[in-house]
Amino acid sequence: MAIEVRNVGKRFGDFVALEDVSIRVGDGALTALLGPSGSGKSTLLRIIAGLEVPDSGEVVIGDQDVTHDPARTRGVGFVFQHYAPFKNMTVHDNVGFGLSVRKRPKAEIGERVAELLSLVRLDGLAERYPSQLSGGQLQRMALARALAVQPQVLLLDEPFGALDAQVRGELREWLRRLHDEIHVTTVFVTHDQEEAMEVAEQIVVMNHGRIEQAGSPRDLYESPTNEFVMSFIGPVNRIGDAFLRPHDIQILPESDGSGTEALIERVVHLGFEVRVELKLHDGRDIWAQVTREEAQQLELSEGQILSVRLPAPRVFSS
Amino acid sequence: MRRRRLPRAGARGQGALGKGLLGIYLTALVLLPIAALLAKSSSGGTSAFWREISSPEALAAIKLTLAASAIVVVINAIFGTIIAWVLVRDDFPGKRVVNALIDLPFALPTIVAGLVLLALYGKGSPVGINVAFTRAAVGLALLFVTLPFVVRSVQPVLLELDFSMEEAAASLGARPLTVLRRIVLPSLLPAIISGVALSFARALGEFGSLVLITGNLPFKTEVGSVYIFGQIQNDSLPAAAAVSVALLVVALVVLGVLSFVSQRQSRHVL
Amino acid sequence: MRSIALGYLALLLLAPVAMIFYRTFEHGLTPVWNSVTAPNAQHAFWLSLEIVAIAVPLNTAFGVGMALLLERGRFWGKGLLGVLIDLPFAISPVVVGLALVLVYGRTGWFGNWLAGHGIQVIFSVPGMVLATAVVSLPFVARETIPVLRELGTDSEQAAETLGASAWQTFWRVTLPGIRWGVVYGVVLTTARALGEFGAVSIVSGRIEGQTQTLPLYVQDRFENFDSTGAYTAAVVLALLALATLLAMNLLTRHTRRRTPV
Repeated sequence: MAIEVRNVGKRFGDFVALEDVSIRVGDGALTALLGPSGSGKSTLLRIIAGLEVPDSGEVVIGDQDVTHDPARTRGVGFVFQHYAPFKNMTVHDNVGFGLSVRKRPKAEIGERVAELLSLVRLDGLAERYPSQLSGGQLQRMALARALAVQPQVLLLDEPFGALDAQVRGELREWLRRLHDEIHVTTVFVTHDQEEAMEVAEQIVVMNHGRIEQAGSPRDLYESPTNEFVMSFIGPVNRIGDAFLRPHDIQILPESDGSGTEALIERVVHLGFEVRVELKLHDGRDIWAQVTREEAQQLELSEGQILSVRLPAPRVFSS
Repeated sequence: MRRRRLPRAGARGQGALGKGLLGIYLTALVLLPIAALLAKSSSGGTSAFWREISSPEALAAIKLTLAASAIVVVINAIFGTIIAWVLVRDDFPGKRVVNALIDLPFALPTIVAGLVLLALYGKGSPVGINVAFTRAAVGLALLFVTLPFVVRSVQPVLLELDFSMEEAAASLGARPLTVLRRIVLPSLLPAIISGVALSFARALGEFGSLVLITGNLPFKTEVGSVYIFGQIQNDSLPAAAAVSVALLVVALVVLGVLSFVSQRQSRHVL
Repeated sequence: MRSIALGYLALLLLAPVAMIFYRTFEHGLTPVWNSVTAPNAQHAFWLSLEIVAIAVPLNTAFGVGMALLLERGRFWGKGLLGVLIDLPFAISPVVVGLALVLVYGRTGWFGNWLAGHGIQVIFSVPGMVLATAVVSLPFVARETIPVLRELGTDSEQAAETLGASAWQTFWRVTLPGIRWGVVYGVVLTTARALGEFGAVSIVSGRIEGQTQTLPLYVQDRFENFDSTGAYTAAVVLALLALATLLAMNLLTRHTRRRTPV
């Protein structure tokens, strides 16, 4: 089902959480709401779910205006940031909860739960309690629980935020594949641009309760429409009003007069990537990103003076 | 906007019904009785109210209540803190049992508390102490029923108190007594005050434990609540209501100051 | 330090409590048995249980409902309501009794109306239930509120998104999450209800064999120079108090918190 949010506004006391926000998520799409904390992305997700009521605007799921419907009739699956497990129930009962409150027969619930547990690779853990599961397992249980009621829309709040780096990586990959398999319209919230770029087909960048830009990961990276998106989506150098990406700065083998003269202040080896901190002849500091191989070929060392070619910088009218 | 609004309206209906029942219960049990008490105490105007609480017997009862409560809470502050300290920092066989028994005065019916004290410290006392029908009996009974308050409010604070703060002070050359006075007591003070305020409010209204052991002698061992009881038995409800309101106001002021102090304190911590 | 603390506790608490056990049994078991089986003692015991059986469930439902309202609701005057439900702890039991007489007594606000409908509240069981309920009112709400706060709203909202109604969410998610806090509150309520003296003493009229609860019976026996009768009833109540302590201690393992009031 497609989701459409039209001109939604929400305040908490004096704090403006959302201001005139409109987005459209296509049927079956995988979309990320990306932004720093306090940008309103979680509030937007909760408004779509019906856990928060907007002060103004409309929420449409499929072809139905659900703005005034309670969460329980919206047909959304919601995965909470800290998973919100029902601690007094087994994994089986957690996953089967949505079916059980709909008074489905036991046999049907059992069948569906087994199917879901194998989908999220938790087979054999059905009789465990949440306190006996790891963070990654809890996350997958929460997902299975949300999927059990065959939601029209799947919403995830910072789904990987509380996990350690390695598990996070695996789960991202897995969520992407799961989405390919079941094709339910999915929206997830994240503050991690790398995560958004890697998992989502479409990214909505938010800041201060407004939408800065929406588009594919590539669009956002290559043609950001403003300064905030440019600096949030990837590393930048800022020279006055101009912005340029560090990997667009070219370090020339010899000073052939075509570039700008620069002094190497520091070379930082980060594995495959090498960070070169430079001072331009007019005293401005910038940094360039090169590969390990390039750095070796150029024999970069601190104190060296060489020449760099700067790309045409991007200037945003503000 | 259209359709499917029924479920929410249903939930709202349930909620309203629940709130209505809660309101009725609270009104019947607390609001109406207090309103009736205030109405009765002021039915004869302010002058009648003052006349009732300044009658010699009422005044003596109120004075005794305040004085006994004040003395009792000072003793509670000292012994309660020592007991809490021993229960947290010391270790001895049977500590868990002692810790559990601290709550006994809360669990024991007050009339039984009075009887228990009378069995040991009354007529025919095996230890040769007889405080029955004296003012000491008032103090003893109040000490018994208010014992847990200071202990239970100081204990958790002591548990959380960082040992390293004391060690740091000691390493800087402070002597044990200085550490206690400058480091430990100031951190415990809010908890002690809170325990003292709760004890005081409780002592002001205590009745059951005093009935048997004090003999309820007017001008000697008769406290406020016993005076009120007597006036109810004599059907002088205005006098009973006036003294009730006076005691209630004192208790509320004490608890109000406590909540103000504890709010300021928690703001300091944050 | 240790000897001061333990000495104080021994003199104030342990020795007196041990003493009534001694006093009760000093003349052997026969007089104790006779006291236990005396008809008025039996009646007082069962009346106490009857009052507890009515007042405690009422207060439990009220306390849980109030805790939900105070912790989950958003409305004006919430702080005031929180103070209001704690009020019975600041009031002397005697004053509670008096206040109830002023509303429900013969000359009270509703006296005529109640008499006209043939309902007697004061000097009968309904009034005693009322008095008991008032003095033990705050316990359940007080113990439940912090547990409810710690539980958080996430799992309730999760249940809602999964299609559960408010009622289903309460019974299947909220209540299991707060059950130990509620049970702890119920234990404290029961102990207080069973032992209430002052308020019940005023509203009961203390009619032997009719409106005499076990604590009132203790006083009656003592004042009638039947010390074995008084001590025996007191020992029964003391044993119930010790059972309460035991229950509280077992429960704190589940709730990880203490400091009851």
